[in-house]
Amino acid sequence: MYTKEIQREMVGFKLNGKPRKGYVEPRLLLSDFLRHELGTLSVHVGCEHGVCGACTILVDGKSVRSCLMLAVQAQGSHVETAESLASVDEMSDLQQAFRRHHALQCGFCTAGILMSCVDFLVCEPDPTEEQVRDMLSGHLCRCTGYTGIVRAVLDVANERKIKLENKNFV
Amino acid sequence: MKPASFDYACPTSKREVLATLSEHGQDARIIAGGQSLMAILNMRMTQPKLLIDINRIEELSYIKLKKSYLAVGACIRQTELLSWKGLGEAVPMLSLVMPWIGHVQTRNRGTVCGSLAHADPSSELPLCLITLGGKLVLESTKGRRVLTAEEFFQGVLTTACRADELVTEVRFPLGQANTSYRFNEIAMRHGDFAIISLAAVVGVNEVRLGVGGVADRPVVRNFTVDTELATTLNKMAWSLNAQDDTQASAAYRRQLVRELGLRLIIEGY
Repeated sequence: MYTKEIQREMVGFKLNGKPRKGYVEPRLLLSDFLRHELGTLSVHVGCEHGVCGACTILVDGKSVRSCLMLAVQAQGSHVETAESLASVDEMSDLQQAFRRHHALQCGFCTAGILMSCVDFLVCEPDPTEEQVRDMLSGHLCRCTGYTGIVRAVLDVANERKIKLENKNFV
Repeated sequence: MKPASFDYACPTSKREVLATLSEHGQDARIIAGGQSLMAILNMRMTQPKLLIDINRIEELSYIKLKKSYLAVGACIRQTELLSWKGLGEAVPMLSLVMPWIGHVQTRNRGTVCGSLAHADPSSELPLCLITLGGKLVLESTKGRRVLTAEEFFQGVLTTACRADELVTEVRFPLGQANTSYRFNEIAMRHGDFAIISLAAVVGVNEVRLGVGGVADRPVVRNFTVDTELATTLNKMAWSLNAQDDTQASAAYRRQLVRELGLRLIIEGY
């Protein structure tokens, strides 16, 4: 495949379970495509060089920066954003834990952090505080001081563990 | 901050990449994980005419354990190598060093070879490779070359890779018995650019010490552990031509080479 800079290429991928497509120039960032073309407004654009973590999404289940990916590179993948977390009338357990522990204030960094946490808790279902803090080092939050976020992540991990134990017991 | 426009090629075989590279040469840049390149594209510090994406080349996605080295193909992401079973036994230094690279969110996409080809003087993988005495495989339509890490790294973001060449593989020498591998780094925050990073291969009486983040490339020296160790480290510290910058002064960097070097070799951390 060779696309000229002025050409638009058709890109299609699964977004939060639904197939979506659109025409993109090669230079269009995935973050901008998601936000401006597909209307996923949970993708917040902060620093645009991979430092702040606000635009973090899942691509094929892995947390990555959408500002460090081109839209054309997402062809054929499965992209998940914070819109995928809550059902119509209920927030996910992770979101509820964030609310309980005051793990957000202005909310700009939150959507990205939530997506990192989704991937992190799959890889580390029973994390230590140090591991949580290490994962969070890839995000900047200027409101919370991170303490509430750490508590929320540890709480939800514990909650899921108890749920799993009860299920196994029954 | 959006990248300037460029043409985009997404080949599916190594042959195709090499052909496109030899046709466009200087005007083209290879993109793999893009965790360094996308940032400098966004800041328009580089404006290539063509971006060649190697993410869909399956033949470059391999980790192979050979007799004397671990071969890692150009498309292997840092997370993939870090979670590869047996990494700690095969190349103990890598298990130590890799958690220090950026953050999990950038390691999920950044590649091992990409970080080496980018050749940032403060990044961990070049330091690791040069300290272990590893090699890189470069390929073009004209053939292939195998360079040692010392030949490859030439300066800040500068390598011996020609415009028509692709770094296809990196070879990390396997861990040896009776040898201990050590690493430490000082940065403003974990995951930030290192002010200094040190890697040491410590044998019975001799040591191989690599220092990153001070000179324009990672530098490695061999010496024996004797009563003169402090003097040797002092000489090494002065030879690195440390510079003042916004993060740290040259004197502080020299002091870190002396103090952390000694601690890493004698006390092991």
